[in-house]
Amino acid sequence: MQYSDKVMDHFMNPRNVGEIENASASGTVGNAKCGDIMKVDLKIENNVILDAKFKTFGCGSAIATSSMATEMIIGKTVDEALRLTNKAVADALDGLPPIKMHCSLLAEQAVKAAIKEYYEKNGLLNDENKALFDMLEEDPH
Amino acid sequence: MSKRERVYLDYAATTPVRQEVLDVMLDIYKNEYGNPSSFYQEGQKAAKIVSNARDTVAACIGAQASEVYFTSCGTESDNWAIKGAAASLASKGKHIITSKIEHHAVIHPCEALAKQGYEITWIEVDQDGLVNPDDVRSAIRPDTILVTIMMANNEIGTVQPIGEIGKICKEKKVLFHTDAVQAAGALKIDVKDLNVDLMSFSGHKIYAPKGVGALYIRKGVRIANLLDGGAQEKNKRGGTENVAAIAGFAKAFELATTELEENSAKLSELRDSLMNQILAEIPYARINGHKSKRLPNNVNISFEFIEGESILLMLDFSGYSCSSGSACTSGSLDPSHVLLAIGLPHEIAHGSLRVTFGKDSRQEHVDNLVKDLKEIVKKLRDMSPLYSDFLKNGRN
Repeated sequence: MQYSDKVMDHFMNPRNVGEIENASASGTVGNAKCGDIMKVDLKIENNVILDAKFKTFGCGSAIATSSMATEMIIGKTVDEALRLTNKAVADALDGLPPIKMHCSLLAEQAVKAAIKEYYEKNGLLNDENKALFDMLEEDPH
Repeated sequence: MSKRERVYLDYAATTPVRQEVLDVMLDIYKNEYGNPSSFYQEGQKAAKIVSNARDTVAACIGAQASEVYFTSCGTESDNWAIKGAAASLASKGKHIITSKIEHHAVIHPCEALAKQGYEITWIEVDQDGLVNPDDVRSAIRPDTILVTIMMANNEIGTVQPIGEIGKICKEKKVLFHTDAVQAAGALKIDVKDLNVDLMSFSGHKIYAPKGVGALYIRKGVRIANLLDGGAQEKNKRGGTENVAAIAGFAKAFELATTELEENSAKLSELRDSLMNQILAEIPYARINGHKSKRLPNNVNISFEFIEGESILLMLDFSGYSCSSGSACTSGSLDPSHVLLAIGLPHEIAHGSLRVTFGKDSRQEHVDNLVKDLKEIVKKLRDMSPLYSDFLKNGRN
């Protein structure tokens, strides 16, 4: 198994590590038993993601995908961030080994879980957009 | 953390071929290409090399030469011992006893036999990874045909009371196999003292090349063949002998046996220094395996709140080669079965690190490793939501 240079870069020098005080919303996915947990905090104003921070317990690709996913959504609108796919995160890292693809799914789930909380807090969750969060029920493993 | 010279600390995974072994092998590759089964002089010279090697290996383990059979690796030896015993004793019974912390080369043959109608009893181990011989005794039934318990564990280094288990098996007239792949070269081995009937060895763990191993089969013990073919190994293991590797293996085993005490003393000093320094300098770390009944070169530690593959990657980047019981390094979902068997919760088993010392290991490596590990563990904990939770809320 070999990680790409980009994965190694995001693993060794992860972007956006930390927590946001008074975050607009946050999402935590995964569990310690399976060996990975991701927590993403978002700061959102006027429907734009001004900042994103993460904390991850997990392997190299779990940390790299968290770093890349947060980088990809900063400055985007919430709607744009909702369209972030795990494949886009993996592609941006020049690919992941097949057995590590679930890590990118976890990153997509962490972003979506945070946005779902944002929707719920602001009364934005409705029948129309509810389906967007169905994938949170999937087991990434 | 800067890029440095590589420091190899994974001698339990494999070892480099040592010079004396390579010299023996190169000479054979260059000059002795005969097939030991051939009648003419080249063949007979090759046959003599294999026969001398057999004498040497036998002397290392207190056996007769006729009881030593060369194989291609430790896995083949384990498979042969277990499947061979199962096949030849099926009419007596179909019950096999083993432990929960065996190497996959023992677990998987047992599971394969279970699918064919054999019944396997998996003995539990205690928190240090020790098998209680009384548990073996009480698991033996009239239809038990084989007990297979490893001599020393490859992950946590725990050394089993093989002599006691052997005695019980002898008394109960049940065949006893032990996988001594990790023990060879590190622990004194005398097949008679230990009362073993079958014992597996591997070359590449003792500075011989990959692709050679041996199975000790006590005189009078009959097990079915695994590889049917030519008349090699007294008709018990077909396949042209890997002459150079066999000679290299014998040379390596001989050297390891001569140097055993000196090496064990040196390695256990490094081992204890690493364990003590880590416990003193890195919080929330625990040593896995038994404190004293332990291979002299093995350290296995769990660092709470972080994951093993991340530790390995950062260590690799800093120049160290180590291994982990984390699920992520094996490609499976569950962490090491050995760490789970000693009672570690999944999340702590995921955060384990195995360091195994060898010939080129020095105190300086230990000291540098501790320094780098401190930084790496801190960096990963600063990233870990489990750690921030713990700092805020304590243990849940």
